[in-house]
Amino acid sequence: MWSFSKIADFIHEFLGSYLNSTWTMIAEMVIAGVAVIGLFALLGLVLVIMERKVSAWIQIRLGPNRVGPKGMLQSLADTLKLLVKEAMTPGGADKFLFNLAPYIAMIVAMLLMAPIAFAKDFQLWDLNIGVLYITAVSSISVISILMAGWASNNKYSLLGAMRSGAQIVSYELSAGLAILTIIIFTGDLQVSEIIKSQADGWWIFKGHVPAIVAFIIFIIAVTAETNRAPFDLAEAESELTAGFHTEYSGMKFALFFLAEYVNVFIVCAIGATLFLGGWMPLHIGHWTGFNHVMDYIPSSMWFFGKTFFLIFVIMWFRWTFPRLRIDQLLNLEWKYLLPLSMLNILLATAIAILGWHF
Amino acid sequence: MFITKYIKDVFGALKSLGVGMKRTLYYFTHHKEIITEQYPDNRETMHLPERFKGEVVMPHDEKNEHRCTGCTACELACPNGTIKVVTKFEITPEGKKKKAIDKLVYHLELCTMCNLCIVACPSDAIKMAQTFEHSVYDRNELTKILNNPGSKIMDGVE
Repeated sequence: MWSFSKIADFIHEFLGSYLNSTWTMIAEMVIAGVAVIGLFALLGLVLVIMERKVSAWIQIRLGPNRVGPKGMLQSLADTLKLLVKEAMTPGGADKFLFNLAPYIAMIVAMLLMAPIAFAKDFQLWDLNIGVLYITAVSSISVISILMAGWASNNKYSLLGAMRSGAQIVSYELSAGLAILTIIIFTGDLQVSEIIKSQADGWWIFKGHVPAIVAFIIFIIAVTAETNRAPFDLAEAESELTAGFHTEYSGMKFALFFLAEYVNVFIVCAIGATLFLGGWMPLHIGHWTGFNHVMDYIPSSMWFFGKTFFLIFVIMWFRWTFPRLRIDQLLNLEWKYLLPLSMLNILLATAIAILGWHF
Repeated sequence: MFITKYIKDVFGALKSLGVGMKRTLYYFTHHKEIITEQYPDNRETMHLPERFKGEVVMPHDEKNEHRCTGCTACELACPNGTIKVVTKFEITPEGKKKKAIDKLVYHLELCTMCNLCIVACPSDAIKMAQTFEHSVYDRNELTKILNNPGSKIMDGVE
């Protein structure tokens, strides 16, 4: 059957027959880098048109419907427009930091791609502290936002960046605690091991109440971490024009825009990996017949299906809920999510020690 | 007590968020609810809401009769002087003098479609039409005379 891992093995053997092992590795790294950039471009196009269609249907509108069949090429046309626009740097800005910020946002998103398992045996880097690496690297993204806000030399940008800093720093706590709940059950930080532990059922089903509570807290916290509505205070169109990227135009703006969508994809992929079993098909205990039927669906389909379901949920949040004020936002984190996730982690520990999970 | 209020808050929040998400999911899955009109493409089949206010018109029946008595209630009600009622005196067959309208001048370029004249009219002589393509090349074309030439007041309207 067709699968990503077979393609990867074929490329490895093909290169190995022509080059020695060092050059094979270098060539594979280049191929992987190009593939990741290609995936970014594709994700940007797909997620933007998906967001616009979802928002339109939720708001009883039609959405883009002129460019291409049913408007599906709209995001391609928008990308072309952004590519030919001038990327201006304001006179009063700190030029070096101003131009560096969008690239840091993109590099963080690229680094986060490394430990994600896209299909069975198809992963860039299966390091043994995968989940720790993800939580550590994802917090760098706040630096790019602060850098953009500071370097723009604009009050709106700086206000947006400071809000975003407060928001990401506080919501990382409950996102981390929610991830920790699953780590308690699996006892391993390696992404492939976490997925393997879900071969007889996903953690959201196996982990009883703590897993469900952790899943809800995780989804809320990552929505805040990626600066999306209802937590989009960093941008807050109605108050701060566009927040930290007010002064950006052309392709530099597009990089921030792309980084936002890629970050949404990544956090949803992490959520799918931890709670919904990554590429693991839906397996229920010892129903071997049912499990065998589910194995016929390719593992990449399972992964992308779950990830896009979570992306849809986050878009659904965005177009349903009103934006929070900054004090309400911090109240929600420090007075509700953090105490609840601490209690939840205590409960999860008790269940894990007593062996009540399946 | 504090702790019961806290727990109530959490569950109440989850419930109300769920209600909102249920509503938007309904709209997401029911495309027949979409209210967008693809206007220039569907000029013939376009559906406007019943209470859409495009411009003030005076309906006439087939005998070229209207219901306006010339009471100037609409002129007084109009906040920005859009309507001017020019009256004249007609001699009725019994030989009595009776007030009637000569012209009801309506300045579309001043009108804000506030509907106050229609509310003020005691005899339902004027109403809002659903036309909205009002662009013209000359501003004078926007000053309209609402009563048809040679029209009379309907019998029985006082």
